[in-house]
Amino acid sequence: MLRLFFHSQLQLGLAQASVAALAALIVVLFARRRGIHLEGETLIAMVRGLVQIIAVGSILVVLLRAPRWTSGLLLAGMIVAAGATSARRAKGMPDAFRVSTWAIAFGAGSIIALMTSLGVIDTAITSLVPVGSMLIANAMNTNGLALNRFRSDVLAHVGEIETALALGAEARNSVSPYVQASFEASLIPAIDSLRSLGIVWIPGLMAGMLLSGARPVYAAIYQFVVLAMIFAASGLTSLISTMLIRGRVFSPAEQLLLQPGR
Amino acid sequence: MTTPPSSNSVILRAERLGRTIHEKILVQDANFELCKGEVLAITGPSGSGKTSLLRLLNRLDEPTSGTVFVEGADYRNLEPRELRRKLGMVAQRPYLFPGTVADNLRFGPAQRGELLKPEAIENLLTQVGLRGYAGRDVANLSGGEAQRVSVARTLANSPLVLLLDEPTSALDDAAKLEVESSIQKVVHDQGLTCVMVTHDMPQAARLAGRALLLEAGRIVRAGPVAEVMHA
Repeated sequence: MLRLFFHSQLQLGLAQASVAALAALIVVLFARRRGIHLEGETLIAMVRGLVQIIAVGSILVVLLRAPRWTSGLLLAGMIVAAGATSARRAKGMPDAFRVSTWAIAFGAGSIIALMTSLGVIDTAITSLVPVGSMLIANAMNTNGLALNRFRSDVLAHVGEIETALALGAEARNSVSPYVQASFEASLIPAIDSLRSLGIVWIPGLMAGMLLSGARPVYAAIYQFVVLAMIFAASGLTSLISTMLIRGRVFSPAEQLLLQPGR
Repeated sequence: MTTPPSSNSVILRAERLGRTIHEKILVQDANFELCKGEVLAITGPSGSGKTSLLRLLNRLDEPTSGTVFVEGADYRNLEPRELRRKLGMVAQRPYLFPGTVADNLRFGPAQRGELLKPEAIENLLTQVGLRGYAGRDVANLSGGEAQRVSVARTLANSPLVLLLDEPTSALDDAAKLEVESSIQKVVHDQGLTCVMVTHDMPQAARLAGRALLLEAGRIVRAGPVAEVMHA
């Protein structure tokens, strides 16, 4: 229907973006009626997301002619931005930004490096940057989920943790159940994505490859490759971030720093 | 500059102990000694800093001033885990770990790689009036029973001093009497040194020999319980 009114590709794209954003805002309004206030955060996230993706699209046009090493710089910048974004999910947790950035750098970064060196990811900027960004973005989401769950669990179990400490338990061991639960919970989206691949959803990358004329079987296999890499990068990121953060919620004298109201 | 305690019978000594967070005074300038075998009650109205003071003794919170000497040693020089084993704390709520009563009693010694034998478990449970409860699932215990298991679990670490944070405040009258009589038995039979936080003055009179009265984080009165109660 939109195509009847908008004839240029840019106009059509903006119209489609407006309609999709409107659907998201209607959901936010429904949530508001139930007393859940997501308006500010959602609006800012949508505007930021749109501006950022248009900016990246414009940069990619320039980068197509840039030397290959520039993709490394771009991915490094994405990792720092991802660290800052997911650290916000760990409000009040000491060192959350540093932990998130290191976890994503080692988790997503090592998988990107390994797969690029093995030839699974093409070194061309047009391939490395979009695929690498997918790995980093998913690692960011997983990291945010892990830290958020860990924070909630620790705050909900301060009594149990301090009881274990008071009985002489090692600080790191006193939060072990919550580290494990956070790790498992953070990987649910990645596992479900793999499990439902092709049945519940056909990812954008595969759809894009089909549209650009790739053979359906190769597009399907490559989509599986990407999802498996996402799982590996996300799992490694979550493992590293939960291992790093568990020690940081305690002081050197093994006192729990994360407390309600502090 | 702090000095070590003067008397050999003094097992614990707080010296100018205090904690202030974000300019809020929780505990200020607490000075007191505790001799071996003594039961000391810390009393005062809600929000007066009783639990904060007990948490400082167990070093669950860090003092912002002063320190505590345990058997003459500044507790900042002790391993936190070893300190907490020596100053065993029982919280207001029991917070039992999932599993059996015996699993809970084994927890403390297991942290040092020790296995608590079945006879030792039965002995501890007998002390708190729960003989035969070792195999019971903690999910099926009443509030009073759970708190007595919590006391036995702390005793399994053979503490020098038992720190009790209002151990009966969350219980009904019947359970309160059960727990209180278990504590009385353990403390008197074993001559255990004990610091007990309570806002219940009659309970302090029944269990303790000496009391500290706290107001707004400061010790405003100290001495025999009867004197502190009626001054």
